[in-house]
Formats: sequence, structure tokens, C-alpha cells
Amino acid sequence: MSSDPAHSQPPGHGSASPPGLGPEAHVMVGNADLFVNWARKSSLWYLLFATACCGIELMQAGASRYDMDRFGAVFRATPRQSDLMLVAGTITHKMAERVKRLYDQMPEPKYVIAMGSCANTGGPFYKDSYCVVKGVDLIIPVDVYIPGCPPRPEALIDGIMKLQKIIMQRKNYGAKA
Amino acid sequence: MEAQAIFDTLKGKFGDAVVELQGEGFSPAFVVVAPAAVKEVSRFLKEDPNLSFDVLMCLSGVDYKEKFAVAYHLHSLKQHHVIGLKAMLPRETPSLPTVDDVWPGANFHEREAFDLFGIVFEGSKDLRRILLPEDWEGHPLRKDYKYPDFYHGIKV
Repeated sequence: MSSDPAHSQPPGHGSASPPGLGPEAHVMVGNADLFVNWARKSSLWYLLFATACCGIELMQAGASRYDMDRFGAVFRATPRQSDLMLVAGTITHKMAERVKRLYDQMPEPKYVIAMGSCANTGGPFYKDSYCVVKGVDLIIPVDVYIPGCPPRPEALIDGIMKLQKIIMQRKNYGAKA
Repeated sequence: MEAQAIFDTLKGKFGDAVVELQGEGFSPAFVVVAPAAVKEVSRFLKEDPNLSFDVLMCLSGVDYKEKFAVAYHLHSLKQHHVIGLKAMLPRETPSLPTVDDVWPGANFHEREAFDLFGIVFEGSKDLRRILLPEDWEGHPLRKDYKYPDFYHGIKV
């Protein structure tokens, strides 16, 4: 090997740019985004978190008839292995602190789907309830809202696919803008 | 045994501590007792072989606006009869003896009545809030309860 100092530096890190590309070229990053987003949307591991009857539909969506596994969405029993929080059910003020803590324990990047009327707005408990939180978006940021009381598994799968579209539009490795 | 016979048995045993029988229009019929005598009456109802009320089906708090009440629904698996027990409490200091050493399952029911109505069960082995957070203010099922605007920064 030559001991010439011009060859000891890796290409692209010197003062000179590769021919035809400026110092802010984004060609490689754009392709990496495509790959990373594709990988992320295809392995949405969701936290098993069901507090009401929506949980029954969630179990059904994960079982063999609707088979949410084909979208790469499988359940995890711990927030530390999850990147999607499916809030399936009524959230009370006592539960709100636990929801926030579970959300904080999930690694970035993380996504939230509010499933059903209770998680969206408080639903049937919106009026004259002292104990129900009127929408989980008062506690944690929500990416996709699924209406229904409870939503059918088809609606839940549609919500997962909507979230996958959102993930595919992320730029710069999914960093928050 | 019929409700009237149960009432007569209790009246003969406890005298003035047993106030009245609410029979017509009540199902099951309710024996109204003085709050201080609830534990003795409960123990007699459970241990007397002719009564042997071994199941406390339900324990509820009631708000009658001018007073509170605690209602007990009792059932006997051996004798196949039911009876209700009721104690009227003053609104200012609603308290009465616990029955969780007669029927251990009473504890959760008593905690619920304490949580939502603020009824104090003296001598209870574990009287804490059961549904609401520990730092919640007030007792929501009281008729004069005022809703808070915020709880821990979240709009109620």
C-alpha cells in the first residue's frame, strides 16, 4: 500500500466532494429512508394493552381468522420490545398514569393507535363521568384514530395499514421534524 | 323461613335494636336494624342453624339525601332463603361496625362503599379506596358531589 497521505483518508471525507455531487447530496439517505421505513412498517410489534371490550376485538384481530401477523404486527407483553401502542378500551384517570408510564418505557420510534370510541373521545362516558379520561390524546400523542364501539377487526387492520402509510412517509430515519 | 318469621326471630333476640320490617314492595324484604347492632345481628344470622345465612351476596351504600344507608343482601345455601339487612346512618357521621370478620368477602364491598359514599366501617382490617386513586377528593356517588375541573392536569 502506498504511504501517500492522499490515500489514507476514506473517500468523501476530504475537502473534495465526489465528482458531480455537492457536499449535501442526499441520494444515499433517501434510499436508506425507504429501506428503514419499510423495515419498520413491516414489524409493528404492539403492546398488549386492553382495558375494555375493544380488547376482545383486538384478540380476534390477532387470531387466525383475521391474522394480523401477516402485516408483521405481533403482540408483545412488555413495552420495552414494542413500537406500537394499541390503546384498546376505556382509560380512567387512575389508569392514565400507567398509560403514560408504559408509553415512556417504549423505545423510539413509537406509534400510538387509539382504538374505539373510549380511547378517541371518552365515548359513552363523555358526559357526566368523573373517572374516565375524555380521549387518550390528552395523555399521549396519537397517530391513528379508529372509530367504532368496538371497531371490527377489519377496521383495526385498516388502521394498521394507515399507520404503515404514515411510517413510509417518514424522512431522515424517522427523526421528528 | 319467611321474612316475617326471620324478623320475629331477630326481634325476640335483639329487641329495640331491630327497628322494622320493610316487607311490601321490597325484594328481598329488609330488616332495618340500628347501626351499632349490625355486627351482632350479622353474626347471629350466620351462625344460627335455622337461619345460617352463609353468603353475603351484596353490600351497597345508598344516599337518601337526608341520610345514608348500608344495605346487605343475604342468602342461605343450606336453608334456601334470602333476607335483606339495612342500617340507616346520619349524613354528618356515616359510620358503623364492619362485618368483614363475619363474611370475609365483605371487605371489598365495604371498601367500595367507603370509596364512593364515604361510609366508614369501624374495625375494618383494610379500609382504603378501591376504585378511585388514593389522592382523589370527595366521594362521587354522593348526591351533593361536585365534579373537579382537573385531575393531575387532565381535564375531567
